[in-house]
Amino acid sequence: MLYTALLTLLSHWKRHPGQFVMLALGLALATALWSGVQAINAEARAAYDRAAATLGQDQLSRLERADGQPIDLADYIALRAAGYLVSPVILGDIRGPDGHLRILGVDPLTTPAEAQGPTLDGTFNLAAFFTHPGLLLVSQDTANGALPNDLPPLQITDNIPPATAITDISTAARLLGQENPSYLLVAANQPHNLPPITQATTLTLRAPQSTSDIARLTDSFHLNLSAFGFLSFGVGLFIVHAAIGLAFEQRRAMVRTLRALGTPLRTILMALSLELAVIALIAGTIGVALGYLIAAALMPGVAGTLRGLYGAEIEGILRFNPSWAISGLLITFLGTAAAAIQVMIRTARMPLLAPAMPRAWAQASGRMIRLQAYAALALFALAALLALVGQGLIAAFACLAALLIGAALGLPALMTGALSLIRPKGAFAEWVVADTRQQIPGLSLALMALLLALAANIGVSTMVGSFRHTFLGWLDQRLTSELYVTAPSSAEAAALMQILAPDVDAILPIVSAEMRLFDRPAEIFGVLDHPTYRQAWPLLSAAPNAWDQLATGDAVLVNEQLSRRENLRVGDIIDIADGLPIVGIYSDYGNPNGQAITSLSHFLETFPNILPHRFAIRITPEEAPALATRLRDEFGLPPNAVTNQAQVKAFSIAVFEQTFRVTGALNILTLGVAGIALLTSLLTLANLRLPQLAPIWAIGTSRATLAGLEMARSLALATLTFLLALPVGLALAWVLLTLVNVEAFGWRLPMRVFPTDWLSLFALALLAAGLAALGPTLRLARMPPARLTQVFAQER
Amino acid sequence: MIRTLLTLLLLTAPFHATSLYAQGFAGLGTQADGFATPTPNPTFTFPLDHGPHPDYRIEWWYLTATLTGPDGTSYGVQWTLFRGALTPETSDNWAAPQLFMGHAGLTTPDAHFSAERLGRGGIGQAGVTIHPFRAFIDDWQMVSTVSEGDALDALTITARGAEFAYDLALTATGPLVFHGENGYSVKSNEGQASYYYSQPFYQVTGQLDLPDGPVQVTGTAWLDREYSSQPLSDTQSGWDWFSLQFEDGARMMAFALHDGTGTPFTSGTWIAPDGTTQSYGDGAISLTPLSTTQVAGREVPTTWRLQVPDRAIDITTIPLNPQSWMATSFPYWEGPITFTGTHQGRGYLEMTGYN
Repeated sequence: MLYTALLTLLSHWKRHPGQFVMLALGLALATALWSGVQAINAEARAAYDRAAATLGQDQLSRLERADGQPIDLADYIALRAAGYLVSPVILGDIRGPDGHLRILGVDPLTTPAEAQGPTLDGTFNLAAFFTHPGLLLVSQDTANGALPNDLPPLQITDNIPPATAITDISTAARLLGQENPSYLLVAANQPHNLPPITQATTLTLRAPQSTSDIARLTDSFHLNLSAFGFLSFGVGLFIVHAAIGLAFEQRRAMVRTLRALGTPLRTILMALSLELAVIALIAGTIGVALGYLIAAALMPGVAGTLRGLYGAEIEGILRFNPSWAISGLLITFLGTAAAAIQVMIRTARMPLLAPAMPRAWAQASGRMIRLQAYAALALFALAALLALVGQGLIAAFACLAALLIGAALGLPALMTGALSLIRPKGAFAEWVVADTRQQIPGLSLALMALLLALAANIGVSTMVGSFRHTFLGWLDQRLTSELYVTAPSSAEAAALMQILAPDVDAILPIVSAEMRLFDRPAEIFGVLDHPTYRQAWPLLSAAPNAWDQLATGDAVLVNEQLSRRENLRVGDIIDIADGLPIVGIYSDYGNPNGQAITSLSHFLETFPNILPHRFAIRITPEEAPALATRLRDEFGLPPNAVTNQAQVKAFSIAVFEQTFRVTGALNILTLGVAGIALLTSLLTLANLRLPQLAPIWAIGTSRATLAGLEMARSLALATLTFLLALPVGLALAWVLLTLVNVEAFGWRLPMRVFPTDWLSLFALALLAAGLAALGPTLRLARMPPARLTQVFAQER
Repeated sequence: MIRTLLTLLLLTAPFHATSLYAQGFAGLGTQADGFATPTPNPTFTFPLDHGPHPDYRIEWWYLTATLTGPDGTSYGVQWTLFRGALTPETSDNWAAPQLFMGHAGLTTPDAHFSAERLGRGGIGQAGVTIHPFRAFIDDWQMVSTVSEGDALDALTITARGAEFAYDLALTATGPLVFHGENGYSVKSNEGQASYYYSQPFYQVTGQLDLPDGPVQVTGTAWLDREYSSQPLSDTQSGWDWFSLQFEDGARMMAFALHDGTGTPFTSGTWIAPDGTTQSYGDGAISLTPLSTTQVAGREVPTTWRLQVPDRAIDITTIPLNPQSWMATSFPYWEGPITFTGTHQGRGYLEMTGYN
């Protein structure tokens, strides 16, 4: 019985293959975007975990100096001599003209058992590892990539993070010019009867890192991606809902006949569920495969973004991971179930002998529209509440979701309201408006999808545009020096500075040290007192005479990110050196980490081991090219050691563009999905509306006029949707700029609007609506009169 | 004597160089490129030669002690510092190719504890100094406490593992003794040899820290000093080494180097109570396993018959604890023994190459 019912139901798709394709496509697209984003996130997270697990650092505590500086070798030896099992690590980056490599120098003789090293095969030469010139263990990818010059021999090894080399501590010490350990790994089990290690040292003990700094930093980025994936999935579900609804409407008669023939309702419901499950499985599988392709295509971009923005090294390659494939399929099933539940309930409630009333499947009553409007108002209130009192990124995204869903739910009421404002003259015009209003419930889901896609597009492009505008202006201010020079060593830098001093306006050393502030990685810079900074550095808030106070060495500036994250204000004391007051806060876009600036003299006092070997040169712009050439030719500096302002700017902008490339791609995809949703709905309506159109035709309106009206109506509805999407999109941009960005990145940007962008988006919306309406319109225009006449014979 | 040889090259536990491990003790038979090799009739200069010889590939300071607690319970203690050189050079930084390995063992009648430390010379984590004499790795050390006389005449040794620690004071009651020909000890018929001398006459007092609490102990101890560059022939894969203390105050060292197939190469030294020695070359001593024990998943001979016809010695050795397994990077059996037969006494047994 079930089999027969199923076959009967399935026969529908044989007669309407287009509908089947639409349903499958909607499901597959929704799944694809969702699982693609999940795949990217899973890959990146796995990469962070792999990096964090390098040498078991996710399980081992560490000893570090509170200021993040290397530990004196004598302090390490003293701990060993006291019996504690600690193991030194020398960590640092070497940069060459083409690439950089993170060097992780370990002492295999003392590394705790938990620090599982890389897997080595029998060809590995341990003697070579320990003795000059040493061996660098790197992954195949790292070996294939751009690397600094003059490296020791490479040994390809599995399980090593990208752009990282594991090597003996002696090799690391030589390559990095640093004998003192960066930090010490602490074995989990210490010998018999020793007091706790914290009593034996002034170093800071850090518990094992369950999540790495990078994973924490990039969390917001991945949450952003997830939010986009979810939005796309939601939009995709509109298609599915529309397609399932259409099939239900068209199979009303079939279901009634089946029941009249004695098929139990349960069997029919089971057959329907089974049918949907099969479709979900097929479409979901296609979707997951498609998602994999999308993710693989986006992955290099994401890797570039993560590297540029956060310094997170992940490979631009996607590995297949069953976990996101399965979760992708699961969400397809859940989505299908959510989209189908209404249809199931209606089928269950359908009276056995009720006539097959042909009417728009989603003809919601005025009551339904009112209910939705109330829900929309409640959601807007919630969004406003979240915007005012919400805390954290999740609240910001919840605010976004409430805003978008509210706007979608409010759409039918707003449209109906807008149409009721029109007072048409003449019977025909009255009919047109009434008919359009009549169609709104049927089209509402598709229009909601379009609204969401348009609003997201306006919101995101406003955010990106505002960001770009602010960022470029800020870059112009910040990058004032004409040339930036990197000397091979601090000694050579000092010599160069002396030689150049008479010929240039100013030489500004650039020194920085990595440290930890508030238990997160941070950087501290030392700057010379010079008008370059006083004039060019935009301070968001500052004490009077901030630069004078900084010059005396008893004050610091901190970046906006740090001040927002830790709630720091001008006048607060920060734990640098012996505690320094904050005299200013500066914007520092694109930097995920906290940063502080102190005077050069104070910096050199605090970090006597760090000597400047980079500096900026102020010179008249006309003289800059000649000086650059002189530096390369006369002083033998490699080409990349001398960069001019334009190069630095270009690099910064490239990082910026890279950051939003993925967002842009997802944006376009979402809009595409919305277009398909609209097409599906119009196709659905086209057939259902014949009974309404036939009488109009019969009283003398030509098919061409009717078709033209259909097209005009579609475009008008798209226009209306766009007009409504505009404020929603701007609200979205506001939430993104003032809530999400502040929470996710730590900087707040002024919002700017770009009306010309709206015009192009409006054109795009019209195009999508026009294309979607084209098929049904043409069919109507070419419909044989006989088919229209049949309406009177067959329906009812 | 040869004892737990190591090439520290094979030792880096965190890296799973399994095929390298497979070479095991046999790896000591490899060629000694660039390193010095022992030559007959050596002249030792002390205290200089108590210190390290970086131009030789391997070297050790190896102490075993047979001890007794206040209630008559027997204990055994081992303290060893191995040095292995990757190249015959030294330096004062991380790049020093001189690697050190410490082993500590503590045996009771029903438990055996072992611990291991690794480190490199050059940065101050491990090494051996001459003035004053001090062999150390981390907090484990063997320190001379003499003000005059041979630096090894009085020592303190300390070590600490996950479950135990010990602190012993040693005083020598006899002279240093030299094995083989004046300290040139031949190890195979192909001519492999090492420099080898001992201080077998220590009296010991001290304290053991066991999981159940501290125990005061007294007893005797034996220190071996040995260095070489290629101590084993290609085919030799391990050895059985005995140090014996007879009731009349005499001592004896005996070893058998075994390879896969042929008769073991045996050698030994008889040491009279006054320290005069008589060396025995290959074949003069016979060592016969009498029974084996399942230890750490392998069969290890733990009772032995030792015969020296020249001295009418025919004894059977019994371990204090047959499970005296050193679970270190290169595992081996090492523990205190007693012997009966024509003579009686206590001693130490080490067995390697039982895979």
